[in-house]
Amino acid sequence: MAEFSLPANSKVKIGNTHKAGAGAKRVKAFKIYRYDPDTGQNPRLDTYEIDLDECGPMVLDALIKIKNEVDTSVTFRRSCREGICGSCAMNIDGTNTLACLKSIDDVKGDVKIYPLPHMPVVKDLVPDLTQPYAQLASIEPWLKSKSPPPPDEERRQSTEEREKLDGLWECVLCFCCSTSCPSYWWNGDRYLGPAILLQAYRWIADSRDEYTGERLDELEDPFRLYRCHTIMNCTKTCPKGLNPAKAIGEIKKLMVQRM
Amino acid sequence: MTDNSMRTPIGRVRGLGSAKSGLHHWWMQRVTAVALIPLTLWFVASLISLAGAGYAETVAWLGSPVVAVLMIALIIATFYHAALGLQVVIEDYVHHEGVKLALLLGVKLLASLLAIAALFAVLKLAFGG
Repeated sequence: MAEFSLPANSKVKIGNTHKAGAGAKRVKAFKIYRYDPDTGQNPRLDTYEIDLDECGPMVLDALIKIKNEVDTSVTFRRSCREGICGSCAMNIDGTNTLACLKSIDDVKGDVKIYPLPHMPVVKDLVPDLTQPYAQLASIEPWLKSKSPPPPDEERRQSTEEREKLDGLWECVLCFCCSTSCPSYWWNGDRYLGPAILLQAYRWIADSRDEYTGERLDELEDPFRLYRCHTIMNCTKTCPKGLNPAKAIGEIKKLMVQRM
Repeated sequence: MTDNSMRTPIGRVRGLGSAKSGLHHWWMQRVTAVALIPLTLWFVASLISLAGAGYAETVAWLGSPVVAVLMIALIIATFYHAALGLQVVIEDYVHHEGVKLALLLGVKLLASLLAIAALFAVLKLAFGG
């Protein structure tokens, strides 16, 4: 059956508190999920008090400050710190988002930070994304064609055809959407999830790709595509403001069109 | 995913391949849903107008050709739609293969049986049983 409660060894305990310095004026508490599988201990929620006058504006700034100055063992992914790489995806204040794009001021009260939901945790805020990466590879996200590439020339595309890719190419594959989707939680081993379906549609919608039919064949499956029940968490949570639910809807429409 | 499997992630994800079906299920769920909008409105309105009517009057109403045909359409659409919807719920939440198969069979058989019983009742009234 679906998992409605955590197994005993996954229950999150109350962890340690790191107080802010005596001179701190604007103190904000960051409650961070900590888990190290090597210790055999349950996960815990550690509290770090940070003086916002000494910290950058984004949640990622606070995480980096905590790691640099308070507790070097806090583990998370980050790279570009400007919403392009998709590395720092995590659950902040109850919503999946990129820590680098989430302003601390937007969070009322304590800032609770957990890893992306329903993924195996490697350590602390680092989820194991092996499955979604494999699912991405499975939809063959590259241009496929029967016709050979034109000699000494790129494959041409009209302005209108190019515009069909807007809202699709911007995806940074952070998997905020897929890990916010209950259907992906319960059936992620077979359902591709919103991030991958948006990528699949990015190639279906590309006028230069000549394998549209084969791509639709691969997607037509009760689980791969049709586990989407238009819950719309994906669109609500996307830190880039994209609409994976619409992309999935477009795939379903194409399925009907060729019926 | 089983932890002791040495299969590659891509092998696991590709799994048994695409079923190359699912569109028909999805489409029929929408077809029956659209059909149920006017049929349900008609049925509820009819029940309200029949309020206070006696047994003989109700039987006569149900037995009239137009009403009987609409009732048959309502019954088929309702139980077809219910079976499709419950199938999705079971596939979503039940992950034990044996239990899932038993429930899917049970839902289909129960929906069919209820639909047949309801259709039989309408036909019995329509043809003066």
